[in-house]
Amino acid sequence: MIKLKKFGLGLLISLFLSFTANADSIKIGTEGAYPPWNSKDASGALIGFEVDLAKELCKIMGHDCTIVEQDWDGMIPALVGRKFDAIMAGMSITDERKKTINFSDGYADEVASLAVMKGSKNEGLKTLSAINLSEISADEQATLDVLTKAFKGKTIGVQTATIHQNFLESGLMGSVKVRTYKTQDEVNLDLAAGRIDAALAAAVAFTDYAEKSGKAVVLTGPTFAGGDFGNGVGVGIRKSDQKLLNDFNRAIDKARDDGIISKLAIKWFGFDASM
Amino acid sequence: MDFDLMITSFPKLLNATVVTLKLLSLSLFFGLFIGLFFAILRLRKNIFLNKFAYGYSYVFRGTPLLVQIFIIYFGLGQIEYLRTTILWVVLKEPYWCAIIAFALNTGAYTSEILRSAFQTIKPGFIEAGKSLGIPNKIIFYKIQIPIAIRQSLPAYGNEIILMMKGTSLASTVTLLDLTGVAKYIISTTFKPIEVFIVAGGIYLFMTFIIHNLIKYLEKKYSYQ
Repeated sequence: MIKLKKFGLGLLISLFLSFTANADSIKIGTEGAYPPWNSKDASGALIGFEVDLAKELCKIMGHDCTIVEQDWDGMIPALVGRKFDAIMAGMSITDERKKTINFSDGYADEVASLAVMKGSKNEGLKTLSAINLSEISADEQATLDVLTKAFKGKTIGVQTATIHQNFLESGLMGSVKVRTYKTQDEVNLDLAAGRIDAALAAAVAFTDYAEKSGKAVVLTGPTFAGGDFGNGVGVGIRKSDQKLLNDFNRAIDKARDDGIISKLAIKWFGFDASM
Repeated sequence: MDFDLMITSFPKLLNATVVTLKLLSLSLFFGLFIGLFFAILRLRKNIFLNKFAYGYSYVFRGTPLLVQIFIIYFGLGQIEYLRTTILWVVLKEPYWCAIIAFALNTGAYTSEILRSAFQTIKPGFIEAGKSLGIPNKIIFYKIQIPIAIRQSLPAYGNEIILMMKGTSLASTVTLLDLTGVAKYIISTTFKPIEVFIVAGGIYLFMTFIIHNLIKYLEKKYSYQ
């Protein structure tokens, strides 16, 4: 009888162990301040495209996930310092970041744009509607020249440590004064207050702000992609976590094939930003 | 540990220290006048002036400096009327917003330091002046103020060091001071330990200088 009890206990323990081994628990870091990618609702709960997508990906991977908040400027150091295991924070895949961390395949992509206040001299600039910086054609160079002239000596606000900051500092738009902010919210506030002449971020970040705040923020110039703007947004993972990277890639593949990413993108962006 | 990064970031951080020192010296300069002004109000018998000065010091000592900067920078920027006035020329610039916040904050602490210094002046000093027939005004400027400044040196030295560390908050309103540049370097290298150690070292060195300067002044102006 005692033997049987011991056997039962052993079985229970091994069952428990095998169960926890299958369902890895991972933490995913997000900013919670870059709508519609990720933000917070009135009660402070994290919401947004990436919060929904993270839950779906975890379901596919069979992992037990918690989503945690982290300031943008400490995102990569926090991942490397093992505060969490993956980044889903609208983070574009760039060569610069790849030196420090790995990225999964991209799950969504979205263009960047300049924004000004309605009535600004630089509203409605005559440029191409979209440019790709991977290979700059003559027409695209002409558009960059228009921008260089229009924003000469002007102050443009960006969130710190972003592809947008990299682009402005690359000199492709000439000598603009770059002012960096901790969050996109602060960029929007100073644009509306008139402290900066223009701002550069994901186009949806401005349309979302204009819609919610009622401020007369308008997009101007072309939309930007390629080059400094990276190759879509992916999951950031530590270089040592090859297994987790594979898990995410497989899950993103499946979510894409099942139309989950498209569906969520349309829900949050109003158009299909999946890739 | 990336020692190369520590070496290459050092000159950049040293450059940014100039911004930090400018912020500190301007804030202390304005703060000292604000502090002296409110300390004198606190010594007045007039209940209205007295309460006004008390209220000022209470508000600025009772709220975090970060909140004060945010109210002055992001808060005032939201008032549309203000943007049409001449005040906006100053408030538009993050640099001046930071200095206004710092000066008002250190002014509140300085007023308390000076007030208590005035109140601890022994009546004998003033009576001695009076018995020599020196006018009240001269007594105030030539006896009370110098003694009060000497009395407040240790506490004021502390305040300078606190304010020096407080200037790091300027980085929250886009200014590239020592902390701002440190964060900037980290945002491209993703190596916080190395850069913050160098920045911390520079702050520590500034504290060392201020501390010794105050110690020297205390000695120089001691009663003996």
